[in-house]
Amino acid sequence: MFSGFDFDVIERSLPYLFKEGMTFTLTLTAMAMAGGIVFGTLLAMARLSSIPMFNVPAATYVNLMRSVPLVLVIFWFYFLVPWIGGWIIGAREPIQVGAFWSSVITFTLFEAAYYAEIMRAGIQSIPRGQVSAGQALGLNYWQTMGFVVLPQAFRNMLPVLLTQTIILFQDTSLVYVLSITDFLGAAAKIAQRDGRLVEMYLFVAVVYFIISFSLSYGVKHLQQRIAIIR
Amino acid sequence: MQYNWNWGIFWQPAPDGTGVYFWWLISGLGWTLSTALLAWAIALALGAAIGTLRTTPVAWVVRLGNAYVEIFRNIPLLVQMFLWYFVLPELLPKALGDAMKQMVPPWASFWPAVLCLGFYTSARVAEQVRAGIQSLPRGQGMAGTALGLTLPQAYRFVLLPQAFRIILPPLTSEFMNIMKNSSVALTIGLVELTARARSMQEFTFQVFEAFTAATVIYILITLVVVFAMRYVEQKVAVPGLISAGGAPMAGH
Repeated sequence: MFSGFDFDVIERSLPYLFKEGMTFTLTLTAMAMAGGIVFGTLLAMARLSSIPMFNVPAATYVNLMRSVPLVLVIFWFYFLVPWIGGWIIGAREPIQVGAFWSSVITFTLFEAAYYAEIMRAGIQSIPRGQVSAGQALGLNYWQTMGFVVLPQAFRNMLPVLLTQTIILFQDTSLVYVLSITDFLGAAAKIAQRDGRLVEMYLFVAVVYFIISFSLSYGVKHLQQRIAIIR
Repeated sequence: MQYNWNWGIFWQPAPDGTGVYFWWLISGLGWTLSTALLAWAIALALGAAIGTLRTTPVAWVVRLGNAYVEIFRNIPLLVQMFLWYFVLPELLPKALGDAMKQMVPPWASFWPAVLCLGFYTSARVAEQVRAGIQSLPRGQGMAGTALGLTLPQAYRFVLLPQAFRIILPPLTSEFMNIMKNSSVALTIGLVELTARARSMQEFTFQVFEAFTAATVIYILITLVVVFAMRYVEQKVAVPGLISAGGAPMAGH
């Protein structure tokens, strides 16, 4: 079965795969995670607000993003971002947005909807008495959130947030549809150039598996360590 | 800066002579639905079996089930799609591999997509089934065996009927996932809804109309499934048990 297996093609392309491809994948994952958690938390706060001006748009946004496939969202933003950018700066033509920033914006906005649901559950898991106690001490909304509710919500939800980030890490491979050189894209280019599809795709699968598996193993341990004993 | 809206584009004839663009999208929808439904049948059958095995008292079976779930959960769906489409035919015996490669166009990407989505989702279903069974009080299984049921009978008549009713809400969202994930199959050439919208955009340059139509169709599917399942969930809810849908889960 592996008689014609060419390990050399993997070895030859390692620098390209990791220096070009994996760097892109990891940078995209990190930026989308940071942006997604911040925007997601704001969305969760808006969604839990009792003011319709905040909770209706937030709920609509989250439900919309969650009912559309990521591939379609990637296409949407790939074409939409240049127009919106042009509209913001008042240009006559849609502006040029690089593949990298286009995908950062896409993944941030898409994953924010998923992070928002996690943070909403996290905020709702905090007893109401905590908020009342904060208000009784004279804290305003942002202080109650910032010093009382969110730190606990983050702690409770940390394992789920990290698991979502592992999924985000795997999802970034979908930028392949825009022919971007992420880890999978780089491997696909080599695979097609050298006609070595079997070797390259198996190698990619193994690398993704090792990274995702060890991360999720780490999350499981973290979960046991930080669990609050009630 | 001006975008030329043209909502009439859906009623203009498509270049392949099969009708108007609207029917292009509907035929894409047909492929999305048939891929998702067939894959869902595989996912449900395999997932139920493997999820059940992971709760049995036999250690090596549990470990095997865990390994299965970890493999399918930790490789990106797109990479799995490539493994089924490009790699599997090369690793199979030559006659079988050649037969796979020589399938007629829609089927050559349809069957790998169905298998890929089926197996990928089966791991996620297995996880839900395991969680559902383990959320039942331990006494349920014990009472079953104490009454003289064999282990398979205890599963068949006591544990599984309850577990499935509890995990219906998470299963609904897994079904939505399989529907959305079927769009990944466009990378191996399956012309489903997203691919149709994309090629309509390439032919007409009406980017936003094409994607809006696809988005609206996906939202309609979601609404139909959510309302149908809400009805089913009410019908089968176990009185006195709170459904497992409340716990936050990372996912899609």
